[in-house]
Amino acid sequence: MDFFDDATPAWYALAILLLPAAGFCWNAFTYRTEFTRKRGHIVPLLTIGTALFCALTIFKHAVIDGDVGDTPHAASATHDAPAHDSGGADAPPAAGSLADPRWSWSSKAHGVVYRIIDTGALRIDAGITIDHLTATMLLVVTLVAFLVHLYSVSYMHGDKRFSRFFAFLQLFSFSMLGLILTDNLLLLFCFWELVGVCSYFLIGFWFEQDEPPKASMKAFMTNRFGDVGFLIGILLVYRMFGTTDLAEIYAGLQAVAEGRAALPPLFGWEAGTLLTVAGLCLFTGPMAKSAQVPLHIWLPDAMAGPTPVSALIHAATMVAAGVYMVGRIYFFFTPTALAFIAGIGTVTALVAATIGLVHNNIKKVLAYSTCSQLGYMMLSLGVGGYSAGLFHLYTHAFFKACLFLGAGSVIHAVHTEDMREMGGLKSKLPVTYRTMLIATMALGGVPFFSGAFSKEMIVEHALMWGWSHGLAHMLPAIVAIGGGGLTFFYMMRLIYLTFYGAPRDQHKFEHAHESPPAMTIPLMVLAFLSFFSVGWPMPFLGGHKLPELLAAPPALASIALGHGADHGHGGFALAFGVLVLSCLVIVFGYRLYKQTYKDRNPGPEVWVARLRPLHTTVSNLYYFDEFYRATIVRFSYATARVLALFDSKVIDAIVNGVGTVGQLIAAGFAAFDRIVVDGLVNLNGTVCHALGSRLRRLQTGNLQDYLAFAVGGMAFVTLLFLFLA
Amino acid sequence: MISTIDSSHLLSWITLSPLLGVLAILFTPREKHDVIKTLAAAFTGIPLILAGWLYFKFDQSQAGYQFFEDMSWVDAFNIRYTVGVDGLSSPLVVLTCLLMFFAVFSSWNIEKGVKGYFMLLLLLAVGINGVFVSLDFFLFYVYWELMLLPMYFLIGIWGGPRREYAAIKFFLYTLAGSVLMLVALIAMYLKSGDVPSERTFSLIALAQKGQAGLFDHGSTLFGMELRSWLFLFLFIGFAIKVPVFPFHTWLPDAHVEAPTAISVVLAGILLKLGGYGLMRVNMTILPGALWENGGPTGWATALALLGMINCVYGAFVAMAQTDFKKLVAYSSVAHMGFVLLGLAAMNPNGIAGANLQLINHGTSSAMLFLLVGVIYDRAHHREIGKFGGLASHMPMYASLAFLGIFTSLGLPGLAGFWGEALSLIGCYEVFPKITAVSTIGLIVTAAFFLMTIRKVFFGPKLPQYAGFPDLSLREWACLVPFGLFCIVLGVAPFLLTDWIRPSVEALASLFGKS
Repeated sequence: MDFFDDATPAWYALAILLLPAAGFCWNAFTYRTEFTRKRGHIVPLLTIGTALFCALTIFKHAVIDGDVGDTPHAASATHDAPAHDSGGADAPPAAGSLADPRWSWSSKAHGVVYRIIDTGALRIDAGITIDHLTATMLLVVTLVAFLVHLYSVSYMHGDKRFSRFFAFLQLFSFSMLGLILTDNLLLLFCFWELVGVCSYFLIGFWFEQDEPPKASMKAFMTNRFGDVGFLIGILLVYRMFGTTDLAEIYAGLQAVAEGRAALPPLFGWEAGTLLTVAGLCLFTGPMAKSAQVPLHIWLPDAMAGPTPVSALIHAATMVAAGVYMVGRIYFFFTPTALAFIAGIGTVTALVAATIGLVHNNIKKVLAYSTCSQLGYMMLSLGVGGYSAGLFHLYTHAFFKACLFLGAGSVIHAVHTEDMREMGGLKSKLPVTYRTMLIATMALGGVPFFSGAFSKEMIVEHALMWGWSHGLAHMLPAIVAIGGGGLTFFYMMRLIYLTFYGAPRDQHKFEHAHESPPAMTIPLMVLAFLSFFSVGWPMPFLGGHKLPELLAAPPALASIALGHGADHGHGGFALAFGVLVLSCLVIVFGYRLYKQTYKDRNPGPEVWVARLRPLHTTVSNLYYFDEFYRATIVRFSYATARVLALFDSKVIDAIVNGVGTVGQLIAAGFAAFDRIVVDGLVNLNGTVCHALGSRLRRLQTGNLQDYLAFAVGGMAFVTLLFLFLA
Repeated sequence: MISTIDSSHLLSWITLSPLLGVLAILFTPREKHDVIKTLAAAFTGIPLILAGWLYFKFDQSQAGYQFFEDMSWVDAFNIRYTVGVDGLSSPLVVLTCLLMFFAVFSSWNIEKGVKGYFMLLLLLAVGINGVFVSLDFFLFYVYWELMLLPMYFLIGIWGGPRREYAAIKFFLYTLAGSVLMLVALIAMYLKSGDVPSERTFSLIALAQKGQAGLFDHGSTLFGMELRSWLFLFLFIGFAIKVPVFPFHTWLPDAHVEAPTAISVVLAGILLKLGGYGLMRVNMTILPGALWENGGPTGWATALALLGMINCVYGAFVAMAQTDFKKLVAYSSVAHMGFVLLGLAAMNPNGIAGANLQLINHGTSSAMLFLLVGVIYDRAHHREIGKFGGLASHMPMYASLAFLGIFTSLGLPGLAGFWGEALSLIGCYEVFPKITAVSTIGLIVTAAFFLMTIRKVFFGPKLPQYAGFPDLSLREWACLVPFGLFCIVLGVAPFLLTDWIRPSVEALASLFGKS
């Protein structure tokens, strides 16, 4: 029976998702027990190992057997298409067939769905979708995660928060896998932020130190910045399509592309502008997450976290989530948006590579290299190299994880991250050296290593894009080609400073020793994966290369705007040309490295002296941090202070003023009451009293007096009457 | 509107049973602290159990009022004792019962004037629940005022150094709002019928008349028509409670001076009364003031603008605070902005978001104030800058604090996210620009909370906090339920949205597109 005939894949996928969550809960709730404190790695290793097994199963059925994706378009890519030349996986969609080849298997069709919210307007039915992209991504993430778990057992051994480290690794794995599996844009955003918070806690894992808390906050804030743009993009998408379900958004845009529906203008924007704006808003998320200039500043600082974290989160998986996300909603990007993505990718690839040339911290060089490679991926997606970009994501995940874990092994041995205190470690750390060298070859794009396949595909696409769009659009291609030389140079510099030459710190050199097997085995596995590449035609893929199976979805947004598919294949000549060109560039990079470091003719110091202003700028990371500190950070603090002052000195003063005025009025009335009103009353009393005390004297008690008064009075009255009459 | 006439008097029991507790405590000798505390726990526990019953018996498919009770009270003015709950009020009743119960628990260490304290606390519970269940505007008003008095004494007697200032400020401010509400209330009553026998205070009848346009056309006063005056007066009355900028400055003072449990009640429930009042009175009785001729009116725009100001301004002011409690207080101002945004949207997403935000803020802010209380009990200060490294000293406390803080800053997967997201989604349909600006608040909120984490919990161990014990069992038992709520409502928000949906849709239907 076919694996994808019923709900079975959903249970596998759920196991992949929920096992790490369970592992997190286990470690979190039993952290006080002796078992978890000492052996906190056992349950996490089991869960992630099982998840890896499930991911392999899904990969086997979905990609190797090709069970999923049996729609006509995907089938042609999987089974009966003639073998393409090395670049042409992005077959243009056949006219009239805009059905998405990718949403081939959804758990919703088999009743596995979780209605997470329903307000009567917004309804989110969380389901799982499995296609080649998901299946491959699941495998890459679980594999690297498993190896990093294994590596951490030894690397983190003896740390007082050993079990908590594994708890966060598990939580991260859960979030990352959820991000891959979900079929809803808003839920993707949720997992997106969750991986961010895991990254936050893992960067700040050694929170007693000075650097990690700052770095973790910087990472979270930069990502929050991007996430808010992402969220606004989601709001706009929801406003346009009334849903956040990716398949429904696809269907909505498909209807527009096929002319069955129209996108009404919104806020005075036509459909084209609207789609571009929404796409760019959505892209701010990946810009922050995948460390694209100008939101790349957090990634190098994130190296303050433990090295296995750098390998898993800040090299292989989470930072690549941005690339994955762009791939997921690839159909949504208009040509303008894609050009913007290509531009950002180009700038990132170049800027980060140049910083990589001058940095002395081994992890930071790797971080900038990651940055630069992520730029390559974005560049590739932007120029239409969908499968090339995603393929580079996969190959990069392996060799970069290998490099980071190797760097961790070096740091473990010499207890420093500064390459100026290393040197000559080749003899001391043979396994680490060899594996890192293989990974360097892969990263440098040396032919036949995995990185070469993906990189050459990228270059081809960039060239074709530049060719069809005019001279100014050749920039990505130039950077992609030239960047190869830079990459090879800075990686060889890293290898040289670490492993070759004479030890620059004798004490550290003497105490260095190779890492235990729990650390070297993951290195070897990753080194093997860095060399071995599914960029070859693979017997188990039916003679296909993996990238061919990652068929790009129809460019709905472009079609909807009447652009149609962009360009076709380059053909064998182009592929060969690119290969030759890449080799030349690598040779150039190697020559430069050999001349500068091996032969010291002239040495690096001379170059630094010659290029002083440039070197200063680059060493200071192009002053991005300074710029942000002087503008956004400063502005925020100032605004906060001013508004707080306003709050207490104006608003609250008004409130208190009203109170005081009330009291004053009350005091006035009280005074009026006391002086005027009560004064009158008292005056009355006083007058009466005074009169009374005077008149009292008449009351003598003497009968003669009274008689005399009576007679006198009578006489007075009589006289009065007489007088008046 | 009414689906069931309740013969069990459930709502009356929930509302009034704490009064029995007041009586019981009254006749308990003042030295018997444990007896008094146990009685208080019992008489907030009973409503909590009844509220649980209410939750299970509540028919979530109905939009109308349930558990309806109706009795005559003051016949001369047609004032009636009418109570009932719908999807908007019943979650808040449950929340109130829950928070009052935990407020008693977190007050266990009160030593001063125990008898008076717990009697007032129980009286407060009566007032708050009374407002939520009242369907007669006069009754509503009586409960509204009833709630004020215990709060005044609780802050003024058991509060911090500036307690008297804070208590008087709170009292007068709220009273000022109440007076305006009273004016509007009487005006509505007089307008509701030509002869005294036709006039009514019933919120149901007033809603019917209001929706039929009774208040829409009236004489103008100082150039503003009756409907607008009514809306304005009622709005100010409720806005002070929310609190809406610029009526918010009583809040930080009251919070800083109030004892922990009272801060919990204040932030957790009292603020919700404002949002609830806006829905129950302003929006239900005066829909025409917000939506006219197929579009939002100036009042609706003002509401959204104020929401935006709350979000951004509140967050920025919070960022400048150095007192942990004041920071949390201002963060409440920012969070309440999302309620206003959601309500201003007047569509199902927005109103549902506002309601979710009310409930979720009720649990997350309660948790944060409890957390501040825990550390204040140990350090006897709340200066953020003076703390450091608490994650090393008190790991369990730190874990729960992270949970509370991340809920508060709207991390997806935790409760706070859904309210904010839905409010924004709803509001974006009506006021896209205002919504976009409001999202700045999300960034700033994250910034000041993360700064707090960094300063208070991260960093090296400090010797002065070395001897601090981690959470006691009582503190743990107070915090963990809220933590669970934050998680459960984060991963299963349908528990709330399904509950409120019919009522939300009914309310949203008043603001049709036509």
